[in-house]
Amino acid sequence: MNYHWNWGVFLEPVKSGDETYLDWLITGLGWTLAVSLTAWLLALAIGILIGALRTAPSRPLALLANAWVELFRNIPLLVQMFLWFFVVPEFLPRDWSLWVKQDMPAKEFVTAALCLGFFTSARVAEQVRAGLASLPRGQRDASLALGFTLPQTYRHVILPQALRIVIPPLTSEFMNVFKNSSVAFAIGVLELTFQARQMQEDSEQGIETYLAVTLLYFICAFAANRGMAWIEARTRVPGLIARTG
Amino acid sequence: MGEFDFSVWGPSLPFIRDGLLFTLRLTLVAMSGGIVIGTLLALARLSPIAPLSRIAGAYVDLMRSIPLVLVILWFFLVIPFLTGAPVGAETSAIITFTAFEAAFYCEIMRSGIQSVPRGQVNAAFALGLGQAQTMIHVILPQAVRNMLPVLLTQTIVLFQDTSLVYAIGAKDMLKAADVVGKNYNRPVEMIVLSALIYFAICFSLSLAVKQLQKRVAIIR
Repeated sequence: MNYHWNWGVFLEPVKSGDETYLDWLITGLGWTLAVSLTAWLLALAIGILIGALRTAPSRPLALLANAWVELFRNIPLLVQMFLWFFVVPEFLPRDWSLWVKQDMPAKEFVTAALCLGFFTSARVAEQVRAGLASLPRGQRDASLALGFTLPQTYRHVILPQALRIVIPPLTSEFMNVFKNSSVAFAIGVLELTFQARQMQEDSEQGIETYLAVTLLYFICAFAANRGMAWIEARTRVPGLIARTG
Repeated sequence: MGEFDFSVWGPSLPFIRDGLLFTLRLTLVAMSGGIVIGTLLALARLSPIAPLSRIAGAYVDLMRSIPLVLVILWFFLVIPFLTGAPVGAETSAIITFTAFEAAFYCEIMRSGIQSVPRGQVNAAFALGLGQAQTMIHVILPQAVRNMLPVLLTQTIVLFQDTSLVYAIGAKDMLKAADVVGKNYNRPVEMIVLSALIYFAICFSLSLAVKQLQKRVAIIR
């Protein structure tokens, strides 16, 4: 089979409409960034909370947090996307269900961001728990002895230390969020993978298309990596973590 | 709240079974192929021959930084150019997952090999074993045992990831559920069923891995 190369394809108009293929890819990049960043903020907020609960002295709370993590870790992300998109609206009260199905703006985006955010929160929680477990017990004891309440101890003493420790594993989770956002194509989010499949079919220049999209994913992952490195450098407490990098 | 009708689960079972068999076959082939190729990649990465180690490293980094869905699409597009004839989605999926998982198993095997103390190598050499013999009889068995829980956890991840063959329409379990859901106009019930099956399998496997981890830890 011979392949007909055409690097000018990106500037050509799509078959139905007056956009160019480049416009499609830019739209795709926009949605990929929107889904990934929203999901990441959600994942950090929930993940830190659940991770902290998993180390809490209250048994029911710790059990609940463990169940949360197991639930999101043992179902494929794609199936979770379908669950949020098709199944969850059926379980809402009647009026909400109708609103979600008919009127909710940017339904695909909201669903994908929620799904990816919850999915990632389980993985963030796992890292945060490991970070908390790695701290010397004396930190918590000393803080309680000084008269801090337990929530204050978490807020002011042990979480700030644990979060700094887990920045490296969280960096790879952040890069994973961009990769995982590609699954959102399945529920019709117009992100990069969706656009790649659409452009490949429409233009029949698959290799150029996939090369461009691969490059864009690389750039996202690299930017995520640098962003987290910047945060790591900004939040470093001299002497707290011996390893520099 | 809509009306549910879970009676569709009954007639769907033969289709689900066929789909699940493909999902399992894909998982097992990709796991065994991935571990073999991954081990070879790990040896290449650790080899003193610089070009070899660099090529293996580049392959692993490349696979690990692209979304799996995109890798699946890439292979589906490129394999026909390499073989000269179109291949089915199922064959393409098997090749893709073997090649993709090899990169992940490679990193696991590499840290496994590195976890074997240096003295083991020296002792093997002192006993007169050659390099290959040392690797096969001394290092790899210990590396595999140390890494067994991690290898199995990666396999559970692989099992879940096979659902992404949806992107090229291969007939795995999720696709079977999807088709039945459309035919009977009961998509919601079928999504729930597939989620339950995935959860049951993955959760019990991960419990088993946890048990194994305790045992391995005691032996060590």
